[in-house]
Amino acid sequence: MEKIDLICIGCPMGCPISVEMENGEVVSVTGNTCPRGDAYARKEVTNPTRIVTSTVRVTGGKLAMASVKTASDIPKGRIFDCVKALKDVEIPAPVTIGQVVLKDAAGTGVDIIATKNVPVA
Amino acid sequence: MKEYELVIIGGGPAGLAAAVEARKSGIQDILILERDNELGGILNQCIHNGFGLHTFKEELTGPEYAGRFIQQVKELDIPYKLNTMVLDLAADKTVTAMNREDGLFQLHPKAVILAMGCRERPRGALNIPGYRPAGIFTAGTAQRLVNMEGYMPGRKVVILGSGDIGLIMARRMTLEGAQVQVVAELMPYSGGLKRNIVQCLDDYGIPLKLSHTVVDIEGKERVEGITLARVENGRPVPGTEEHYDCDTLLLSCGLIPENELSRAAGVELNPVTNGPAVNESLETSIPGVFAAGNVLHVHDLVDYVSEEAGAAGRHAAKYIQAGCKDETARTLPVKCENGVRYTVPVAVRPDCADGLVTLRFRVGNVYKNKKVAVYAGDTCIFSRKRPVLAPGEMETVQLKAQLLLDHPEADHITVTLEEA
Repeated sequence: MEKIDLICIGCPMGCPISVEMENGEVVSVTGNTCPRGDAYARKEVTNPTRIVTSTVRVTGGKLAMASVKTASDIPKGRIFDCVKALKDVEIPAPVTIGQVVLKDAAGTGVDIIATKNVPVA
Repeated sequence: MKEYELVIIGGGPAGLAAAVEARKSGIQDILILERDNELGGILNQCIHNGFGLHTFKEELTGPEYAGRFIQQVKELDIPYKLNTMVLDLAADKTVTAMNREDGLFQLHPKAVILAMGCRERPRGALNIPGYRPAGIFTAGTAQRLVNMEGYMPGRKVVILGSGDIGLIMARRMTLEGAQVQVVAELMPYSGGLKRNIVQCLDDYGIPLKLSHTVVDIEGKERVEGITLARVENGRPVPGTEEHYDCDTLLLSCGLIPENELSRAAGVELNPVTNGPAVNESLETSIPGVFAAGNVLHVHDLVDYVSEEAGAAGRHAAKYIQAGCKDETARTLPVKCENGVRYTVPVAVRPDCADGLVTLRFRVGNVYKNKKVAVYAGDTCIFSRKRPVLAPGEMETVQLKAQLLLDHPEADHITVTLEEA
């Protein structure tokens, strides 16, 4: 039996979680104080994922940059590919929260969406 | 100039939540004064996610969280002035401000809510020896440059201080192609949230050196390198120096509530928090002047800022609606013992609390297997087990006001840590 200790990143409480594994299967999750912690722990030991946030340039807007994020979490190993795919992306103002900025970022199947409203200058 | 019943100084998360709640409590005449060119405050540069789990039950980024409150302010038609600097607050609540459209102007509101937020501790306050070259930034300045202006402050980075903004910037700079070599923390524990150590440092293999500090900065025009040393009993240990080549040093060494205006008005400040000393209604020593958010004490979570500021908005509304009377009621000072560094509020009037009294506090060290206990006089009225308490994480206790009303003999409240 393998025991893995984690800190939950689901919320700022940062619960210490222990996961027991056998033959690559999760046997038990302890230490979490909510269902989100259980889900995080199971994912983290099998297929860790993260939400990625970054920025893109805006043309003709009141602000130079708009913040963006992945619409859902992506595999941890694809974070840099995702940020790289955003490097040369430039979008025209106006930008609205939730607007798709880049479809299927770096082949992850996940869209990048705006997290900031930028009105036209 | 039109006069307003309630003036809110600052249009960040605290100011926005205070305005929304004051309006919902029936105050029509509200004005928010904001010095930046948009509402939302520092949330606008906090593009990472993790905001709003308590308030909206979903994980938002800073700009999205601010956006929700800005939308409410707009829907409720609450007026605000941008690019407006408040220059002075007088003891009689006269607010002196200026901007390009109105010039210099004065307002005479019935109540004021202080929501100016906080500032980062700069290099000058840290006593780091060495030259003063370009390339030394506070983490928040770097955050604004990268996330809002679109500039990279440097390529090879060392971060001093493990506050949350420093941790967040370690990840952000890494994603933008910089090489973040190390985060050094003077204290034997991190100043930031555990989850930020995991997802900002561990995920990217960035080492965190506890009990380490910068003892030298090299480079005349631009930072060329720094020297770290291990710290014992507050002093660098000779022989433990390590050199790092870098072009950028970020500082994330704590936040200080920004209280120049409060001080000028004569608001009494708490020397531990550097924020106003307030009662259970978040009212300062000047009746009708309320405070909430990071200007009051530095928070880890914006959700709690919104909650606190909403309460300040409701109490300010109540004060105005009650005819701005100075209430005299039984006042219980709150004492801190056994590792509790401070509490907000510093005093409670049980008769003035609406149902619940919220006590927020921080501890001075890392404690394990303790319980948080609250006494009214000599009687324990609350206790809760806490497996871990750390200075980086704010604690909250909510008490039924009735528990205090049940003890008319008590002349003070004590918040303390006990063995579990």
